[in-house]
Amino acid sequence: MSVISVKNLLKKYESVEAVKGISFEVNEKEIFGLLGPNGAGKTTTLEIIETLREKTSGEVLVDSMNIETHANDIKKIIGVQLQAAGYYPSLTLTELIDLFAGLYNKEVNPLEVLKSVGLADKAKAKFKELSGGQKQRFSIATTLINDPKIIFLDEPTTGLDPQARRNLWELIKEIRSKGTTVVITTHYMDEAEQLCDRVAIIESGKIVAIDTPDSLIDKLVASGFERKKEVKKANLEDVFLNLTGIEWRDNN
Amino acid sequence: MKKYSQTKAMLAIAKASFRSIMRSPSAVVFTLAFPLIFILVFGFLGGGGARVDVGVSSKCDRNNIFFESIQKVPTLRFHYESDSVQMKELSKGSYDGILTIAKNPIGSLTAYNVDVKTSTASPQNGDLIFRIMQNVSNQLNLINAEVKNKITEVRTQEIPGRAYKSIDFILPGQLGFSLLSSGVFGTAFVFFSLRQTLVIKRFFATPVKRIYIVLGEAISRMSFAILGAMFIIGIGHFAFGFTLINGLETFLTMLLLSAIGLVLFMGFGFIISGLAKSESTIPPLANIITLPQFLLSGTFFSVEAFPAWLQPICKILPLTYLNDAMRKVAFEGLKIYQILPQLGIIALWTVIVYTVATKTFKWE
Repeated sequence: MSVISVKNLLKKYESVEAVKGISFEVNEKEIFGLLGPNGAGKTTTLEIIETLREKTSGEVLVDSMNIETHANDIKKIIGVQLQAAGYYPSLTLTELIDLFAGLYNKEVNPLEVLKSVGLADKAKAKFKELSGGQKQRFSIATTLINDPKIIFLDEPTTGLDPQARRNLWELIKEIRSKGTTVVITTHYMDEAEQLCDRVAIIESGKIVAIDTPDSLIDKLVASGFERKKEVKKANLEDVFLNLTGIEWRDNN
Repeated sequence: MKKYSQTKAMLAIAKASFRSIMRSPSAVVFTLAFPLIFILVFGFLGGGGARVDVGVSSKCDRNNIFFESIQKVPTLRFHYESDSVQMKELSKGSYDGILTIAKNPIGSLTAYNVDVKTSTASPQNGDLIFRIMQNVSNQLNLINAEVKNKITEVRTQEIPGRAYKSIDFILPGQLGFSLLSSGVFGTAFVFFSLRQTLVIKRFFATPVKRIYIVLGEAISRMSFAILGAMFIIGIGHFAFGFTLINGLETFLTMLLLSAIGLVLFMGFGFIISGLAKSESTIPPLANIITLPQFLLSGTFFSVEAFPAWLQPICKILPLTYLNDAMRKVAFEGLKIYQILPQLGIIALWTVIVYTVATKTFKWE
C-alpha cells in the first residue's frame, strides 16, 4: 500500500529546474531513502511533500490527500525534522515539548516523549546546551508528538560521530517498528544500506534508480562491475568503533 | 477527529515566547532596568528645593546672635573642614561660599563684621548666600534698633496648586521609551532569529496558520511590555510619588496607551526584521528608529525646549504624541476621548508602518 505518491513532480526556481519531473511511491511502514549528492534536489522534493514549499507542477498525494487542497490535514499526520532546525534556545526540552504539544493540539507527557528518544535525563536542560547528536534526537522527538503516520528526516546524521549515527539508526528502526513510515534523505551510502528498505537515487533533479539496496547492488554486480580493490573483512569505521566502543556516550 | 484549535496553538507559542523573553537579559535590561535607572536618577534629583553649601572658616566667631540666626535658615548647609580644604572646594564650586564672622573691638560702630567669600565657579548661589546674610543682618539690626513702625513688609501667599514633580514629566517619557525599544529591538531580533534558525519553518510544518504564529509572538511581547509598564508606573507612584490623578482609572488608561504604542513600535520591528541582512545590521537599523525619538520626543526635555528649526521634526515623531498623551492622562486627568488628536496621529503612523511591514516582512 502506498502512503505517498509523487507523479511528474517539477520544481523551477526562476529558470533553474531543481526537480525535473520525478515520480515515485513510498509504501506504508517502510524506511524510504532519498539518496543523492548535495544539490541533487532531495531537500526540495522532501519539502514539497511536507507542504513547506510550492511545486511548479505534478501531483503529490500524502495518505491519499492532495498537497494542494489538504495541506493542513496533511500537516496533522506527518512529523517533520528539518535540516538544522532551531528551537527557542533558552527553553528547556520539557517546555519545548509542551510548545509542540500545543501546536499539534495534543496532550502529551513530555518526559515520556523525551524517554522515547533517550533524553529523559535532559528534560531540564536547555536546547542550546545539547550536543549535536542530542539535538537531532530531540528534533526527532518533536516529530513524534502528534503520533504521525509518516515522519520525514532530512539528513539527520550529518555531522554526527559514528557512535551517535549508529544510535540514531537504532532510534529510527524503533520508530518504524511501531508502524510509522519513515522518509529519510542522506548522502551516506552505508547509512542507506543499513537503514532503508528501499531507496531512490536522485541526480540533478531526476531519479536514476529506485529499488531495495540489495537488488541495486545485485544489478550492478550482474552487469559485470567489480571493485578495483579487494574488499577487506573490515573497514576503518569498524576499526574506529572497535577502538572507541559502539555504545553512544551521554554527550553525543 | 477533534477540531484543530488555532487559538490553542497560538497560546502555546505565546507561552514559549514569553518564557524566552523572560530569560533574555537584554529584554529585561532594556524594558525594565534602563527606564528604572533613569527614573531613580531623576526621582532623587528632583525636589528638595535650592541648597547652598557654606564653609565656616576657622577664624569665624561662632558665639554670636548672627551665627545662631543663620543656623536656622534651611537653605544653608554648613561645613567645618580646614581652611585649605574649604578654599579648594570653593574654587571647584562644591562650596558656594566661605563665611567668616569677626568680632570688632568693644566701642566700634558695628559689633560684628560678616565676610562672605564667594567664587566665580558658582555665581548664582554665591549671590543667594549674600542675600540671605543681608536679610538676616537687616532683621537683627531692626530688632536691635527697636524699630516699631516698619515702612513695608513683604508678604507672600501661596495658593494651593498641584505640584508638578520632575517624576511626572520623566516617568511617561521613560515608559514611552521602554515601549519603543522593546517593540523595535525585541520584535526585530526575535523575528530575525526565528527565521534564521528555522524555528518559524518548523512551525510551518505543524497545522498552525502563519498569522497565528505572529499573533502568538505579539501576545507574548505585549504581555511582557504591559507587565513592564505596570512595574514602572507602580515603582514611580509608590516610591517617587508619580501623580496618577484619577487613581486606578488613570493607571488603566496608561496601560491602554502603552498597548497602543507597542503595536505601532512592533511594526517598526517587523520592518527591520525583514530588511536586516544579518544579525549585526539590526542594531544600527533599530537605532535609526529609536535614537531620534529618544532624544527629540520629549523623553527627557519638553519638546518646546528645542530650537524652532527642530520643532517640525519633533512634531513628526510618533513617540512625541505617545509621551504627550501619557502626560495629559496621568497629570491633567484627560480621558481617552480627550486625547484623540494624539491617538489619531499614532493611528496614522500605525497604518503607514504596517503597510510597509507587510511589503518587507519575510517568512524565510
